Amino acid sequence: MESGANVERLSRFLSVFSLGLGTAQLASPQLVNRMAGIRDDATSRLWQRLVGVRELVAFAAIEAERPRPRRALWMRFAGDAKDLTLLTLAYRARRASTPRLIGAMANVAGIAALDLYAAMQASRVPEEPSEEEVMHVKAAITVRKPREEVYRFWRDLENLPSFMNHVESVEGNGNGRSHWKVKAPAGATVEWDAEVVEDRPGEALVWRSVEGSGIQNAGAVRFVDAPRNQGTEVHVEFDYGVPGGRLAEAVAKLFGEEPTQQAKDDLRRFKQVLETGFVVISEGSPEGSTARRHLKQRPGQPPEQAPAQEPSPTAVQVTAEDGERPAAEGGPQ
Amino acid sequence: MKATVYTGRNSVEVQEVPDPQILNSRDAVVKVTSTAICGSDLHLYDGYVPMVKKGDIFGHEFMGEVTDVGADVENLKPGDRVVVPFPIACGACNACQAQLYAACENSNPNAGRAEKLWGHSIAGVFGYSHILGGYPGGQAEAARVPFADVGPLKIESDLTDEDVLFLSDILPTGYMGAEMCDIQPGDVVAVWGAGPVGLFAAASARMLGAERVIVIDRFEYRLNRALTGARADDVIDYEAQPDVVEELKELTGGRGPDACIDAVGLEAHHAHGVVHAYDRVKQATRMETERPHALREAIMACRNGGIVSVIGVYGGFLDKFPMGAVINRGLTIRAGQCHVQRDMRPLLERIERGEIDPTFVISHQMSLDQASEGYETFKHKQDDCVKVVLKP
Repeated sequence: MESGANVERLSRFLSVFSLGLGTAQLASPQLVNRMAGIRDDATSRLWQRLVGVRELVAFAAIEAERPRPRRALWMRFAGDAKDLTLLTLAYRARRASTPRLIGAMANVAGIAALDLYAAMQASRVPEEPSEEEVMHVKAAITVRKPREEVYRFWRDLENLPSFMNHVESVEGNGNGRSHWKVKAPAGATVEWDAEVVEDRPGEALVWRSVEGSGIQNAGAVRFVDAPRNQGTEVHVEFDYGVPGGRLAEAVAKLFGEEPTQQAKDDLRRFKQVLETGFVVISEGSPEGSTARRHLKQRPGQPPEQAPAQEPSPTAVQVTAEDGERPAAEGGPQ
Repeated sequence: MKATVYTGRNSVEVQEVPDPQILNSRDAVVKVTSTAICGSDLHLYDGYVPMVKKGDIFGHEFMGEVTDVGADVENLKPGDRVVVPFPIACGACNACQAQLYAACENSNPNAGRAEKLWGHSIAGVFGYSHILGGYPGGQAEAARVPFADVGPLKIESDLTDEDVLFLSDILPTGYMGAEMCDIQPGDVVAVWGAGPVGLFAAASARMLGAERVIVIDRFEYRLNRALTGARADDVIDYEAQPDVVEELKELTGGRGPDACIDAVGLEAHHAHGVVHAYDRVKQATRMETERPHALREAIMACRNGGIVSVIGVYGGFLDKFPMGAVINRGLTIRAGQCHVQRDMRPLLERIERGEIDPTFVISHQMSLDQASEGYETFKHKQDDCVKVVLKP
């Protein structure tokens, strides 16, 4: 959000500038006249005061419209154009010092350029940015399985909950669409429909949520042969809107729900399911690799109850699609 | 069951905990018949390893009898006698397929945390902090063994527990320390630390054909074991002869040892009080995670172009690392957690052939109930302690 930060900094400067100039014009129009090389008389003082009032209005408008004062900045730019006209008129009729007046015009032109830039930047930022930020997430892992097999496991969308920790279910409903149910922070569930927009067997899968989804998201997973017969590189990239914006995101991070970490954990479980046959768990991390559990471990002790009494999706074995457990060739046995 | 449970810095207690059970189809449950306290357990006990929780069961050197197996474990059955390697390894990932079992890519469910500290994760390890998985250890009456179809080594001969127990960690670790030295005829190998791993490194260097083996420590009783048990040629007591680098030059005609093994790790001592205090303070205030005197000294002592082999454990970041010596003198540093699954079978064969008798490191046998006393005795090197074996 680099341009957002720029707009904030620039508009803060312009707002302080408006306040300073407006105050000076109202308090001492004769001083401003002298500095601008304008003949000091009743008419020019009146104009100074009028422009000063407008500067203070601009200050208030910028402050009211923070953090992205789009309208106020366009208003400032219009004001600059008017000021240049006034200065041109003053050059003809009320010139006291040519170099100072030209300097003043140059100053106004410079400020006008800044106002124009800031106004354009502010206009580029989406209308309601504080309510939803777009997150970009990237992660990769190498799985020691042939590319076709890795692709096929992922392509069967109903396999996804076996390694995507937050995904409760994915149901294909024909026509290339699927229905997703995902655990959200604070025990909520989010649902949406997604469609596959590109499917290159063995190579890539591109998806996006359909119009009207609770969470807008779009992404791609690519499958590439790893060098030296090390299997398949899986590259995932996706964007999604974070409801609640940056604040919600910061809170989520505090609870170990950092999206990039989640994506990495999901890929790790994907690799485990394909290479070992199941999600690897320990007594300290009974759900397997999750960012949340990294922060809050059980002690390294056997659990109290038998696993049957403590049903967990990871205690259930997930087999690769041919039902074959990966062989441990090369082991010492 | 009873298990050795961490109860806070410098304290373990044998407590009643739930029995282990099969959680995955490739698990086995092993009833422990012998287990040992490792020097690296003292790093946990002393509070220098991150992510150790009260309630954790310690112990990564253990063996026993299989009592239960998961549906997919076909190589073991109840009643089998097995030694369990300390790294948990899946056997299927690229690291395992390259026999780098201690770098298994799948067995650490907390890999995300390890990655933050080390860049990449390594294998999960029994009873060795949550950064290495949060698995219960084997200083207990029983333990769950994940990937039982890959790790445990079946013992079918009538060798005693003491003969084979150390195949779980310290014998292969010491052996790997010597193997990484790439020993050539005529080589002089120096070993820092005459604890059990250092003793096995010295014995292995001898076994792999070193011309001369020199062991450095500050306890006479341990140096004696190096001379008698590990068949070292020379020993240096660095409290009596503090300038170890100079002493090693003296013993090698000025060249320095061809290979130097650091079998000490992050809690080294230094003969000079001021230097020791410097690192002690930095470590205590967490400004560095290690006290790396042994490693610094090994680097300074090694001959130009020689190999420094590091099997002592380090946790994070150290300072005053003599990188200038490494680059300018062309040293090779090799290091690693031991890939036990790779080395345990050949070493079992060496034990069977009588090439090495690992029992020489044992100084104490106790019951599991005395684990707390065992930790204290071992930590403070009381009663000439070298290695404590616990019997549940």
